[in-house]
Amino acid sequence: MMPSVAFTSMLSCAVAVSTVIAAAQTRDPRRSGFEDMSRESQAMQRDDTANPGMFAVLEGEELWRAKVGSRKTSCADCHQNAEVSMRGAAARYPSFSTAWNGPVDLQGQINLCRETRQNAPPFPLEGPELLALSAYVGKQSRGMSIAPPDDARLEPFRRQGEALYNMRQGQLNFSCANCHEDHAGQRLAGSLIPQGHPTGYPLYRLEWQGIGSLQRRLRGCLIGVRAEPYAYGAEEYIALELFLMSRARGMAVETPAIRP
Amino acid sequence: MARVLINLPKAKRGEIVEIRTLIQHPMETGYRPKGDGTSFPRDIIRNFVCKLNGIEVFRADLFPAIAANPFIAFTIKAEEGGTMTFSWIDDRGRSQTETADFIVE
Repeated sequence: MMPSVAFTSMLSCAVAVSTVIAAAQTRDPRRSGFEDMSRESQAMQRDDTANPGMFAVLEGEELWRAKVGSRKTSCADCHQNAEVSMRGAAARYPSFSTAWNGPVDLQGQINLCRETRQNAPPFPLEGPELLALSAYVGKQSRGMSIAPPDDARLEPFRRQGEALYNMRQGQLNFSCANCHEDHAGQRLAGSLIPQGHPTGYPLYRLEWQGIGSLQRRLRGCLIGVRAEPYAYGAEEYIALELFLMSRARGMAVETPAIRP
Repeated sequence: MARVLINLPKAKRGEIVEIRTLIQHPMETGYRPKGDGTSFPRDIIRNFVCKLNGIEVFRADLFPAIAANPFIAFTIKAEEGGTMTFSWIDDRGRSQTETADFIVE
């Protein structure tokens, strides 16, 4: 009896070891910025009653139902319940818009809807309404995998984004990749350099004391390398977002995330 | 005045519970320059009070250098249930009061 027990436990041990090795081999080297935050910031993001990004989500929910424009239509009039209709939407953006004849990000799509369907003036970029509405739509995809569309029309823009990501610029002559590929996980002054996956935008950044989009974050990086930032809504930002989202394919959406 | 998020858990009698509140407020320090030589006037929440059935159970005074959207968490010993009121008052004299039912089993 004894030897067989020993044998079984050895066997189960061997199985356990091999699964550990398999897990280590298949483990995704990509890390969301969430994993490298302090425990307190992580707790803030996990708890919806402690996450100040939820204020934007609540505001967005109100805007979703607000009847605006000359046609007095709301988002809900066409899309009904956002929890159903917008599920997974943010995970697919930027996508190709035939109306625009180019790639649009989620915020661009919201403004396109406002202009063409609601006949209302577009929200100012990076304004509180647009951030609120995109946070509300983004939250409906929380926990889902980022799934950029396989659309051949997007490919040239994605390649443009990749080129921008690897292009040195600014007085300091840095590319995005110089920090976020070569030195990710290390520190720039006291702050950890993340891998730069746009998993939780629009997000509440403690440094901003408010919610902001990926474009605001990219703008901060461009200023950091002393390059001239593109204007909000510029095609360069959309191209970069396309590339970053394809780089983060399969990672979970965290909107509205918290970041230091 | 603003949006408020309150996390008030159910409690067992005699248990110590943590109550968490978050209020939307800019908490303007009064030191941020406008660009024309003047500063944005100070506008912060000065005071937070929590009452249970009209009796004060927690109070906090707030000062500059507290970030926007202040998050206040505190613990109380659950002895009786009832109506809990939370009120915030800011520099402009605006006040916000929220009520919630505190359930003690």
